[in-house]
Amino acid sequence: MTSATPTAAPLLELKGVSKCFARHSDWVDRAARVLEGVLATETIHAVDGVDLMILEREVVGLVGESGCGKSTLGRIAAGLLSPSAGMRLWRGAQLVETSQGVARAQQLKMQMIFQDPHASLNPRQRVVDIVGEAPVVHKMVKRRNQVEYVALQLNRVGLDPALMRRFPHQFSGGQRARIGIARALAVKPEFLVCDESVAALDVSIRAQVLNLFMDLRSALNLTYLFISHDLGVVRHVSDRVVVMYLGRIVESGPTDEIFAAPNHPYTQALLKEIGSVEPKKRRYVPIRGEIPSPLSPPSGCHFHPRCVHAMPRCREAAPRLAEIAPGRWSACYLNQAA
Amino acid sequence: MSETLLAIDGLCTHFSTREGVVRAVQDLSLRVGSGEVVGLVGESGSGKSMTAYSIMGLVDPPGRVIAGRISFEGRDLCALSAEEMRQLRGNRIAMVFQDPMMTLNPVMRIDAQMIEAIRAHDKISRGSARERARDALARVGIASPDERLRAYPHEFSGGMRQRVAIAIALLNRPSLIIADEPTTALDVTVQGQILFEMQKLSRETGAALIWITHDLSVIAGLADRICVMYAGRIVEEGTTADVLEAPRHPYTRGLFDSLPGNAPPRQRLRQLSGMTPSPLELPSGCAFRLRCKSADHACEQDPPMRQGGGPGQRARCFHPLLAVSTSDELQ
Repeated sequence: MTSATPTAAPLLELKGVSKCFARHSDWVDRAARVLEGVLATETIHAVDGVDLMILEREVVGLVGESGCGKSTLGRIAAGLLSPSAGMRLWRGAQLVETSQGVARAQQLKMQMIFQDPHASLNPRQRVVDIVGEAPVVHKMVKRRNQVEYVALQLNRVGLDPALMRRFPHQFSGGQRARIGIARALAVKPEFLVCDESVAALDVSIRAQVLNLFMDLRSALNLTYLFISHDLGVVRHVSDRVVVMYLGRIVESGPTDEIFAAPNHPYTQALLKEIGSVEPKKRRYVPIRGEIPSPLSPPSGCHFHPRCVHAMPRCREAAPRLAEIAPGRWSACYLNQAA
Repeated sequence: MSETLLAIDGLCTHFSTREGVVRAVQDLSLRVGSGEVVGLVGESGSGKSMTAYSIMGLVDPPGRVIAGRISFEGRDLCALSAEEMRQLRGNRIAMVFQDPMMTLNPVMRIDAQMIEAIRAHDKISRGSARERARDALARVGIASPDERLRAYPHEFSGGMRQRVAIAIALLNRPSLIIADEPTTALDVTVQGQILFEMQKLSRETGAALIWITHDLSVIAGLADRICVMYAGRIVEEGTTADVLEAPRHPYTRGLFDSLPGNAPPRQRLRQLSGMTPSPLELPSGCAFRLRCKSADHACEQDPPMRQGGGPGQRARCFHPLLAVSTSDELQ
């Protein structure tokens, strides 16, 4: 398997993408606000001005702790959420969220595979419909050919087509993950967003599914955005890694370089936690504190309260993501000082 | 190994269901020395949690411990009455669950829960119980424990709740703590913090620890000894170094190879084929034989635990892997 060449064209680009969620206020909140005279609504900046470029045939790993906005970014990339601000470009052309026909055709090229195959499969649909419904609706396959088509898809992900009349609950966790993959691949996508797709699986099943992802990638020329909190998995599958912290990208670069020499203090701390099977009595050196609430993120660099190198400057303004070496980006003032 | 604290011999925990008998734990023997950290590793359904529940006397019908001896501090736990068992739980043996909300009562403040747990086993005043609760919270790394004592569980984050659950487990200075995947639901950074605290605490208090996990990499830096479970049985045990560096059982080897860190990046992982068999339809003889490359006719018989490899290393296999060939494979 070869990694994406540097000359590959960008497949998907996100430019200055942000996503805010405002808490729905009910009448109790409104009453309280009137009584207290406070008018501000609670807004969460789940994703805050993110630029991300994914090249053709590239596997980009997106890592971060829960609550850092990586799933939201993944959903924006897959087109399931529209950003509050910013642009999405598909092969260099802006994706229009409103125009029906073109947008739908483009949308089919991007599919998502979810974390919990139990929650993302309709329990009252048979596998033949779960996998075959979308290609029929989008007129990729005639209805009378649906069964053959689904059989083909199931074979490709290593499931016995004889099981297509079954319901999701009749499958094991690993098999359900494969159904989710077959469903995503049935509409012939070019780009897959995998959101913690192997997190819920046992170690041995996880290895099988990861192998399947890698086989499919070379067989179908797929591009992946691979979201995971498991650094071992991300290191294994990705060409490039993007690290997020509280809605912002703090570092990105080629996988091997980042794991060899992480630049941002957060990445450094995160990589210390990577599990190793060295049977040595390891001294765990914990990173201080926990990820702050996105409702009231710290000023300046979001990481400064947990950072060992924090300077007064870090509290005032957020450092920009700057190129520190060819292809490597990091958002930290330490790079400017040097 | 130091003095034996817990000795399990031939433990069988079965569930009689309408579909048949599920042998959740089958003929399991295990020794834990005082102050020792034992890692119990296995995939879902391998019986590792059921082993813990059997020790704690928490197996609910239709499940039942049908055979075996569990001897703890010289007493046979299977022979104790419900009341005697209750006296022991949370006092001499404590358990930390995967989901801290299983331990914490959502409608009680932390201090009330902790004081209740202390006074259930110890005749001391509320004031001194409160002091002990405060110290326990401080010991697991919770900042400003005095204020946090007055908080409700929902006011804590996931990692903090797990710390509180660990603090509660420590309250009565147990000699054995059973931790059932306590870091699985947590972020990697928080998992690192909890592992750090547990390592420190087991060293400070001298409590023995049984750490249940499906992730070999979690246990690698923590355990003195590892037991690998498959389909209700221990298939391999030995010191952490021996089991990880020179596994004898093909299943242990397969688990090890399935970890992404052990293969060159962006290459296929050496995967275990097939799935864990249904506990209702276990193959005869070695339960692993249908997924095993070295299986043959002999494996249709039950393989015994056999000595081999490092000191105290044993594997339930007729064709154990040789230390030499495994180190070659690693290259």
